[in-house]
Amino acid sequence: MSVDTQFETVIGLEVHAQLLTESKAFAPVSNRFGSAPNTNVTPLCLGHPGTLPVPNENLIRYAVKLGLATNCKIRPKSIFARKNYFYPDMPKGYQISQFETPICYEGHMDIGLEDGSTKRIGITRIHMEEDAGKSIHDQDPHNTLIDLNRAGTPLLEIVSEPDIRSPQEAGAYMRKIWQIVRYLGVCDGNMEEGSLRCDANVSIRPAGQKEFNIRTEIKNLNSFRNVERALTYEVERQKELVLSGGSVIQQTLLWDPNEMRTRQMRSKEEAHDYRYFPEPDIPPVLVTDEMLEEIRLEIPELPEARRLRYISQFGLTDYDASVLTEDRPLADFFESILEQGASAKPAANLIITEIRRVLNEKGMAITTFPVGPERLAGLLALRGEDKISSSAMQTLLDAMVDAGPDSAASAGELAQEMNLLQVSDTGFLDPIVEEVLRNNPEEVKRYLGGKHGLIGFFIGQIMKKSQGKANPGMVRELVQKKITEFK
Amino acid sequence: MLESGELTVPDLVAGYISRIEQDNPDINAFTQWHKEESLERAHHIQRKIENGSAGPLAGVVLGVKEVFCQKGFPATCASKMLASYEAVYDATVVERLLAGDAIIIGRLNMDEFAMGSSNENSMYGPVRNPRNTSRVPGGSSGGSAAAVAAGMCHASLGSDTGGSVRQPASFCGVVGLKPSYGRVSRHGLIAYASSFDSVGAFGSTVHDASVILKAIAGRDDMDATSSTEPVPDYPALLDEVRPDITIGIPKEYFGDGLDPVIRDRVMLVAEKMEAKGAKLVDIRLPNLKYAIAAYYVLATAEASSNLARFDGIRYGHRADMKAVRARLKAEEAELTADGAADLSGLDTPMIRLYKQSRTEGFGPEVKRRIMLGTYVLSAGYYEAYYGKAQRIRRLIKQDFEQAFSKVDVIISPTAPTTAFELGSKVNDPLQMYLNDIYTISANLAGICGISIPAGDHSSDGMPIGVQFMANAFREPELLNAARLAEMVCGESADASSP
Repeated sequence: MSVDTQFETVIGLEVHAQLLTESKAFAPVSNRFGSAPNTNVTPLCLGHPGTLPVPNENLIRYAVKLGLATNCKIRPKSIFARKNYFYPDMPKGYQISQFETPICYEGHMDIGLEDGSTKRIGITRIHMEEDAGKSIHDQDPHNTLIDLNRAGTPLLEIVSEPDIRSPQEAGAYMRKIWQIVRYLGVCDGNMEEGSLRCDANVSIRPAGQKEFNIRTEIKNLNSFRNVERALTYEVERQKELVLSGGSVIQQTLLWDPNEMRTRQMRSKEEAHDYRYFPEPDIPPVLVTDEMLEEIRLEIPELPEARRLRYISQFGLTDYDASVLTEDRPLADFFESILEQGASAKPAANLIITEIRRVLNEKGMAITTFPVGPERLAGLLALRGEDKISSSAMQTLLDAMVDAGPDSAASAGELAQEMNLLQVSDTGFLDPIVEEVLRNNPEEVKRYLGGKHGLIGFFIGQIMKKSQGKANPGMVRELVQKKITEFK
Repeated sequence: MLESGELTVPDLVAGYISRIEQDNPDINAFTQWHKEESLERAHHIQRKIENGSAGPLAGVVLGVKEVFCQKGFPATCASKMLASYEAVYDATVVERLLAGDAIIIGRLNMDEFAMGSSNENSMYGPVRNPRNTSRVPGGSSGGSAAAVAAGMCHASLGSDTGGSVRQPASFCGVVGLKPSYGRVSRHGLIAYASSFDSVGAFGSTVHDASVILKAIAGRDDMDATSSTEPVPDYPALLDEVRPDITIGIPKEYFGDGLDPVIRDRVMLVAEKMEAKGAKLVDIRLPNLKYAIAAYYVLATAEASSNLARFDGIRYGHRADMKAVRARLKAEEAELTADGAADLSGLDTPMIRLYKQSRTEGFGPEVKRRIMLGTYVLSAGYYEAYYGKAQRIRRLIKQDFEQAFSKVDVIISPTAPTTAFELGSKVNDPLQMYLNDIYTISANLAGICGISIPAGDHSSDGMPIGVQFMANAFREPELLNAARLAEMVCGESADASSP
C-alpha cells in the first residue's frame, strides 16, 4: 500500500474576513487600508480609559448576509464576549469577539472538485469580532513599532467543520469563500493585504479510522497558493513523522513562504487562557425576522446560480460561464454590456479573450477597465454588422484602451478615423478586383478549369490591395461574378 | 438670589474657592481646583444670566470625581498608574453639565479606580470626614461626598458600582443619588465594573440631586448600554410631593450586624412617612445574603478585564525599561550559573515590562480585585464562580421584581454603621466589603437608589443615612419618596432626638 492511501488527511479552516464597512466595528472612525500609521484611530481604538464600544450595525448585517449565503442558521439573540490577553497591538487588553453564541452556525458550502464533482463542506460557525493592530518588527532595529489603524477593524471568522480531505480541497474551499464574500460585497478578498486570511488545523489518520488524531494549527496563510503549499508540506511532515515512529504533538506553526516550510511558534506565544466572559459594554445582538427578510433580499445572485443561468439563458458553454462568474465584477461587467444591447456570445468572447488579455497585459482590474460597456457594445455592433473584421476589432479595442477612460469616441468614429471600416462599395472594389484578376491569368485559367479553391487566393490579394478594408464576403461575390468574364 | 442679582456667579465661585483653600488641606476632598478657569467661566456665565441666554445649570458649581474624563485635565482615578494621564475627550456627563452652563470647579479624591469603601486607597492620601476628621468619609466617592458636606461646592458627581455614592453620602450627611443602570451614559467614566457602574450625583438636598440627574440623564450614542427611556423633568415632579405611596420594609435589611440606633432611626422615618399617608408593607428579599459574594465575583471579573488596558504601553505608568532589562539579564545570569540550560521560564522583556509597570502602578486593593477577578474567570473555575454568581444576580433581580409589584419604593439603612475611624478597617478587607451590604443589591439588579441624611447618631454624633430604592427607571417614585422623607426629617427641630 502506498503512503498516500495509508493515511487520510483531515483539515479544518478558520478564515478571517475583514469587512468593507465604512467605519470600524465599535467606533465611528474610518476603516480604510493604507492610511498613514496611527491616523485612523479614536480614543477607543487606542484603548483610552472611559471609552466604550458601540457596535456598527453593518457588522451585524454583513455577518447575517454571509450566514444566509452559506446556509447557516442565524441566532436571533447572540452576545459579544471578551477574549482577554496582553499584547502591545491589543490596546484594551482584550478582543471583543463572540464565544458561546456565534451569530451564525451550522451552515455549509459546496465546492467544485477537479474531477467535476462537488463536495459539501460544513460550516461550524461564523462569528463577529474586531481585529488587533499591527506589530511591525522589521522597520526599526531596536524597537517593535505599533500601528493601530487596523485595531478595531470588523472581522468575521468562518470556522469550517473538519470535512476537508486534501490541500487541494482546502484551496478550493478558500477560493469559494473568496468568491462569496466578494459577491456579497462584504470583503474585498485581498489576501496579500490580509483582508482575507486563514489558519488551518490539520491532522492525518489511518484510512478508515473514525476518530481524529492530534492536530497542528498553521497560521499566516495569506494566499491560495500558500494554503495549498503549507498544507501539503505539513501533511507530508506528519506522515514522515508517523512513519518514522514519531507522533504528532499539538502545536501552533507559522508558515514561512520564503523558506517554504512551517516553523513552531514559541510555546509562550500560544499558551493562553483567554478567560472569555460576556462583554458587559454591549447589549445582546438581536436579529428580528424582519431584519432577516430585509437582508435576504439584499443578497445578490450567487456565483453558482449565475453560472447555471448563463448556460441556460445565454447558451454559453460551461467553461465560458465559469470564467465569467468566477468574480462578481467580471460578471457584472458582462451583464452591463448586454444591457447596452450586445448579444451574449460575442460579448462573452470579447471579455474572455480580448478584455482579459488587456487586463493581464496591463495588470488592471475589471473595475478600472477604461472602456465602458456602452462603447464596448458599440464595438460589438460594428463587428456584428460586419463593418469591421475581427482583427480590426482587436486593433480598435487596444486603441480605445490606450485613449483612456476620458475618451468619448465611439468605436464607429474610431474605425473611420483609423480607416478600419470594411468597404462594401463596388465602385471602390470593382477596379481592384479587375486588376487582381488581370494580373493573375494563370490562376484565373486554373480556377475556370475547376480549381475553385483558388478563390481564397484572389480574396487574399484583394484584401491586401484594399489594405484590409474590403468586406471579404463582398469580395467573394465580386470575384465569382467577374471571373466568368475571363472565360 | 442669582436671579435678583444680589449674588453674582463670580462671587459664588470665589466663595467656594476660598472655602476649598481654607479647608481642603484638612479634608483632602479636592485633588485639584481650577481657580482661574472657574472665575473666568463665572464671569462669562454671569453675562449670559444678565442677557437672558444662560443654561439651566447657570450658577451651579460642581466638583467631579477623578474617575471622569474632562478634556485637558488629569484623569487619575487616584492611581499612580494614571498619575500623569490627561484626558483627551470629555465624558458625556461632563459635556452635558458644561452645556447646561454649570461650572466644574475641580476634581475630587476617591478610592483608587473606585475600589474601596473608605477613601483610604488613594495616591492622594485619605479623604477625611468633614464632620469629624478622624473618621472616613466613606467610599469610593469620598471626595465627592465630603466636598458637598464641607460646603466646597454646590453639588458633585460620583460613581456608584456597589454603593460608592450612597454610602459616602450617608457617612457625610448629604444626599447621594444612584440612578438606574443605563439612565446616565458611562462614556468617559473610567470603568471599574461595566455592568454595575452608574454615574451618581451628590447634593445637599433631594432637589439638588434631581437637577443634576435631569441634566446628565438620557440616551448617548457613545454608550450602547444607555437607555432610550425618556427623561422626565425630575425637579418639576418634586413641586408636588405625593405622600400616598407604598413603602416596602425588607426584613433582611434590618437583621444582624446593623447598629440598633440606625435601625430605630430608619424605622422612625418610615413611621413618620406613614403618618403623612404612606402605607408600610413588609416584604422579603431573601437572596440578600448572597449579594456581596456574587458582587465580588462578577465585579472583580469585569475589573480584571477593564483594567488590562493599563499596561504602560500607550499611556500611564511605565516601569523603567533599563531596570527591567538589567533585572532580566541578572536573572538569566543566575540561571546559567546554576547550570540550567532551559531559559524558557524567563519572561520576555515585554512581559516583564507589563508585570513591572502594573506592579508599580496599582495599589494593593486594586491588585487584590484584579487577581480575584482573573481567578474566577480562569479555565476550570468559570462555572463555579462566574456562572453561579450570574445566576444569583438573576435571583436578586427577581426578588426586586416581585417586591416592586407590591410597593413603590423600599426603605432601608444605607450602611450598617456610621462613618468609622480612619485606619480601623484597612487590614480587614472582608469587614470593609460588608459595609456595602445594603447598597450592593441595587447595582446587581440595575435599579435606582438614594441615600438621604436622617439626623445624627446619638452616641458618635455622625450622620445616619436612610436609603430608598425603586425599580429601574422609576426615579420619579424614588425622588418623591426621598423628598417626603427629607420633609419629615426636617420637621423635627433636631432629627437625632425626635
